[in-house]
Amino acid sequence: MRDPLLDLDRSEALRLLHEMVRIRRFEERCVELYSAERIRGFLHLYIGEEAVAAGAMGALRPTDAVVATYREHGHALARGVGAPSIMAEMFGVVEGCSRGRGGSMHLFDASTRFYGGNAIVAGGLPLAVGLALADRMSGRDGVTACFFGEGAVAEGEFHEAMNLAALWSLPVLFCCENNLYAMGTALERSESETDLALKASGYGVTAWAVDGMDVLACAAAARRAVDTVRGGGGPVFLEFRTYRFRAHSMYDPELYRSKEEVERWRERDPIDLFTARLAAAGLLEPGDLDRIEDEVVAEIDEAVRFAEAGTPEPVEDLTKDVYRRAV
Amino acid sequence: MTTTEKERTAEKATVTLTFREAFHEALRDALQRDPTAFLMGEDVGRYGGCFGVSRGLLDEFGPERVRDTPLSESGFVGAGIGAALGGMHPIVEVMTVNFSLLALDQIVNNAATMLHMSGGQLNVPLVIRMTTGAGRQLAAQHSHSLEGWYAHIPGIRVLAPGTLADARGMLWTALQDPDPVLIFENGAQYGVAGELAADAGPVEIDHAAVRRAGDDLTVIAYGGSVPRALAAAEELAGDGVSAEVVDLRTLRPLDDATVLDSVRRTHRAVVVDEGWRSGGLSAEVAARIVEGAFYELDAPVARVCGAEVPIPYAKHLEQAAVPQVADVVSAALEVVGSG
Ligand SMILES: Cc1ncc(C[n+]2csc(CCOP(=O)(O)OP(=O)(O)O)c2C)c(N)n1
Repeated sequence: MRDPLLDLDRSEALRLLHEMVRIRRFEERCVELYSAERIRGFLHLYIGEEAVAAGAMGALRPTDAVVATYREHGHALARGVGAPSIMAEMFGVVEGCSRGRGGSMHLFDASTRFYGGNAIVAGGLPLAVGLALADRMSGRDGVTACFFGEGAVAEGEFHEAMNLAALWSLPVLFCCENNLYAMGTALERSESETDLALKASGYGVTAWAVDGMDVLACAAAARRAVDTVRGGGGPVFLEFRTYRFRAHSMYDPELYRSKEEVERWRERDPIDLFTARLAAAGLLEPGDLDRIEDEVVAEIDEAVRFAEAGTPEPVEDLTKDVYRRAV
Repeated sequence: MTTTEKERTAEKATVTLTFREAFHEALRDALQRDPTAFLMGEDVGRYGGCFGVSRGLLDEFGPERVRDTPLSESGFVGAGIGAALGGMHPIVEVMTVNFSLLALDQIVNNAATMLHMSGGQLNVPLVIRMTTGAGRQLAAQHSHSLEGWYAHIPGIRVLAPGTLADARGMLWTALQDPDPVLIFENGAQYGVAGELAADAGPVEIDHAAVRRAGDDLTVIAYGGSVPRALAAAEELAGDGVSAEVVDLRTLRPLDDATVLDSVRRTHRAVVVDEGWRSGGLSAEVAARIVEGAFYELDAPVARVCGAEVPIPYAKHLEQAAVPQVADVVSAALEVVGSG
């Protein structure tokens, strides 16, 4: 079944919906586990922004690379890092994707070329430039997708990375997730020019803005951008306009925005929007949603079981993995 | 009233508050009293400070003096240096010491050198506050204790308040100082409450302090390690070992005299530092003791430091990576020969 207007077939539609619901429910479970003190440290939720990772990640090949931030559960899941190993990471056990050394902010997985999990704002951008440089120098046609928040745009590293990528025409896809706030700092109070795509184009980077609450728009933009980048067209910058529904981290008095504003954005919940569109297009069958929810719950239950059965690393191994070559 | 009566009344006039509140009071006081003082940094205003220290100050002092900055550590720390050169007394907040690395160039190449490079013409009366330390499972990019690095740099003063009185009192003195001063607030301590004199005010920032008197050994600590050193001393007392605790307070310039004076009496020393052992502040303190009191020592100087590993997330590993009370106790017992 294919809808010509949405240019979408049923299986792809269900895949996207499944991915968004999966990320949402996974993080909701994380909240419960955080309250139960099973997950500690900082926990930055992606709730509200799922369409971006779910939509964009599908444009990448397994041989491509992904760089993300501390708000990266959704990216890791969508990239194919196993839910059990992500959950185990947050439980701080060796079965975690970073062996319990990183926690929520530092998910890494070499096998899916998922390069973190970077908690220094904008710190991942130069890494992405280098990963792309390595692909190019090695004659591989890989693309490096780098996700970051709009707050990063004010950092020097953003500008240095944009310039390098453009100057050397490197295969980087810059995915700016503009959720309007960097912690409590609204975009218009942190940028002299709030049109971020315009800003990026100042570096000679192809750039445009995308509705980040519309998973199809996200997917389509990413496909087009990845084609350009892989085809040797140099870096592309996508500004995904989105919104985080929850606090910056787990605790945040949210003094910087009104409840009404949050409510208005919740009306554009990417999962609800997409569900409604699919239903209207006749791509959704009765039982689809329930089935997705059931599958997702089963996967998360399993992930939690796996994490709960995990092994704390022996304290004698404390200084392991500081050097590859033993000292 | 007789003197003793007065003392008793003075003793009673205390308030209970947290480190967060003490730091907050210090900021508020500085903004009230010094018209050239202003606070700037990421989320100090609307958000109320990433750890809640500056909550309410925006309402009281307005956005000119409680200035939210974009994420641009190098930019706004550098701007703080410039504003100090221009006659202001900026208090720049960098959320954590790990992020201050993005501003290292401005701190080390500009703030610390300006007076000297300009042949004594230009001083930089700037205060930079930031959090430091582990203990909250924030892993390897939010938990390090890099204040020892800063203590390596001539031209800046480095303060590490480890008591409420210092949390309340160091800022004002730092702000009136003609040179750049870095204040390291221990992140794990913000919620810790205690008693403080109701009229607590500015404190001097040039000397270490003996926090507990003792005869058998000297435990030297600073910042977040001070309470651990005191707890260890208490435990040691139960074992019949009398430990003196010296709180360095100021990491640069180091007050050798107080440390050496104590060690010359106790003849034994344990240095506690959450920072890494190699090339760290503990190495400096140990070297000074050896240089200045070698012939007075009855045992090698011992160190209890952070393990040589980036801070891991998992709780038990994080705890193992930083000095605990039990580590201080066993190092002390070893030093006094009953380990
Ligand atoms: C260099 C640096 N400065 C400050 C911080 C503290 N911090 C963590 S996230 C954040 C806000 C970042 O906002 P944005 O880039 O828009 O991403 P979002 O959190 O909204 O996804 C801040 C200030 C940090 N991690 N790194």
